[in-house]
Amino acid sequence: MGLIASFGKYLIFIADVFRKPERRSVMYKLVIKEIYELGFKSLLFVVFVSLFVGAVVTLQTAANMQGSWMPRYLIGFATRDAILLEFSPTIISLLLAGKIGSNIASSLGTMRVTEQIDALEVMGINPVTYLVRPKIFALMFFNPLLICLSMFGGVIGGWMAGTMTGECTSAEFITGIQYDFIPFKAVYAIIKTILFAFIIASVSSFHGFYTEGGALEVGRSSTRAVVFSSVFIIVSNYILTQLLLN
Amino acid sequence: MIEIKNIIKSFGTKEILKDVSFTFEKGKTNLVIGQSGSGKTVLLKCLLGLHEPQSGSIVYDGVNIVGKSNKNLKALRQQIGMVFQGGALFDSMNVEQNVLFPLEMFSKMSKEEMLQRVNFCLKRVNLENVNHLFPSEISGGMKKRVAIARAIVLNPKYLLCDEPNSGLDPYTAILIDNLLQEITHEYVMTTVINTHDMNSVMEIGEKILFIKEGKNVWDGTKSDIITSDNQHLQDFVFSSELFKTIKKINR
Repeated sequence: MGLIASFGKYLIFIADVFRKPERRSVMYKLVIKEIYELGFKSLLFVVFVSLFVGAVVTLQTAANMQGSWMPRYLIGFATRDAILLEFSPTIISLLLAGKIGSNIASSLGTMRVTEQIDALEVMGINPVTYLVRPKIFALMFFNPLLICLSMFGGVIGGWMAGTMTGECTSAEFITGIQYDFIPFKAVYAIIKTILFAFIIASVSSFHGFYTEGGALEVGRSSTRAVVFSSVFIIVSNYILTQLLLN
Repeated sequence: MIEIKNIIKSFGTKEILKDVSFTFEKGKTNLVIGQSGSGKTVLLKCLLGLHEPQSGSIVYDGVNIVGKSNKNLKALRQQIGMVFQGGALFDSMNVEQNVLFPLEMFSKMSKEEMLQRVNFCLKRVNLENVNHLFPSEISGGMKKRVAIARAIVLNPKYLLCDEPNSGLDPYTAILIDNLLQEITHEYVMTTVINTHDMNSVMEIGEKILFIKEGKNVWDGTKSDIITSDNQHLQDFVFSSELFKTIKKINR
């Protein structure tokens, strides 16, 4: 299918997501369930990765500043900005596109090939509204919280690495993370995160939902979901940065 | 009653259903038989409104569904119970939740009434004490019975089944067939069953449509099969030595 036709199909799919659900009370329960399945279960993974990447960013910044005239508190400053602006919102979203995106695509793909989606349709239930909408809402709500936690974890990791290796003192690091703080940068990060959450949930669902065939195609859908989500995240990251920061 | 008239369905240039007409009668087990790839499943999906035929009409008690949108089909679909070939039970739900699902979505019953109805339907298909098991924990035959319970939980007027006894041992297959026939008579439903299982045909075939390469080449009852001189039907039904012997004995 051509790229334009696929994009048109994707837009129709998204329009379906926002149709009125059959039962609102059921929808609330599904959103809560998806928050737990997709968001809450990623919590440890996100914190673990963020702690270590924060530590590595600090050590690399410190290594690059060896013997220079620059004050040591800039280690904290550089770590904060790297984590806040790029690592947490973009890189963690890319990792989540792999973890959550493949989960969504394979679960919907399996439902498609085992006729569970047909069963919903036959019952008179809009399968897109029922299956995809809760995932999109859950991720758009929970991912900003995950990313905030990642930011926190990254900075803590950096602080631990900086102080434990003696590259900077705790006071220098804290001065650095407070230095020239522009709150809009946090807003920019959250805006990015919400958009990336929408991309992960919708693109992965789209690929899973239109799976045709058997187990092999479910695997392929899962791969396509991760690849396309990642590409869309990277491209939209550039566009948003251009729009919001320049 | 479901009437189909002059149904033509193609995928690309390949014509799957070629001018198929038939009437599925109320209160009877209507069987659609034919070889694999003859178009049975496509016909069933047309009946469900999952495929749109290129031409022809599908009339459910006076209402033609061809050309209707999903939104307009919604009310009718709540009167249709469907048993898919593999059961199509929701993996993330246990047996009770699977059967409860249509009630939660469409009925205005209290939770207690819903659970009573679920237990009634599970009992009706001879399943008890399995409410909290997941589809991965039950056998193929049990899955089919749960699927039947889910299909009848909203008291549908129409019951459609796609090869309900495929992959089952002969004993369980007959149990499923008999269950479907009993339910059809009990609730006076219009039941359509896709099958290529000859035991089912001879057991519960009250009205039979035989499709070959997308065309209806014969229709009648199970007793008509023995006396029919339609060569295509004879080749299909009496392909096994067992049925050839039965035919000889009957003649």
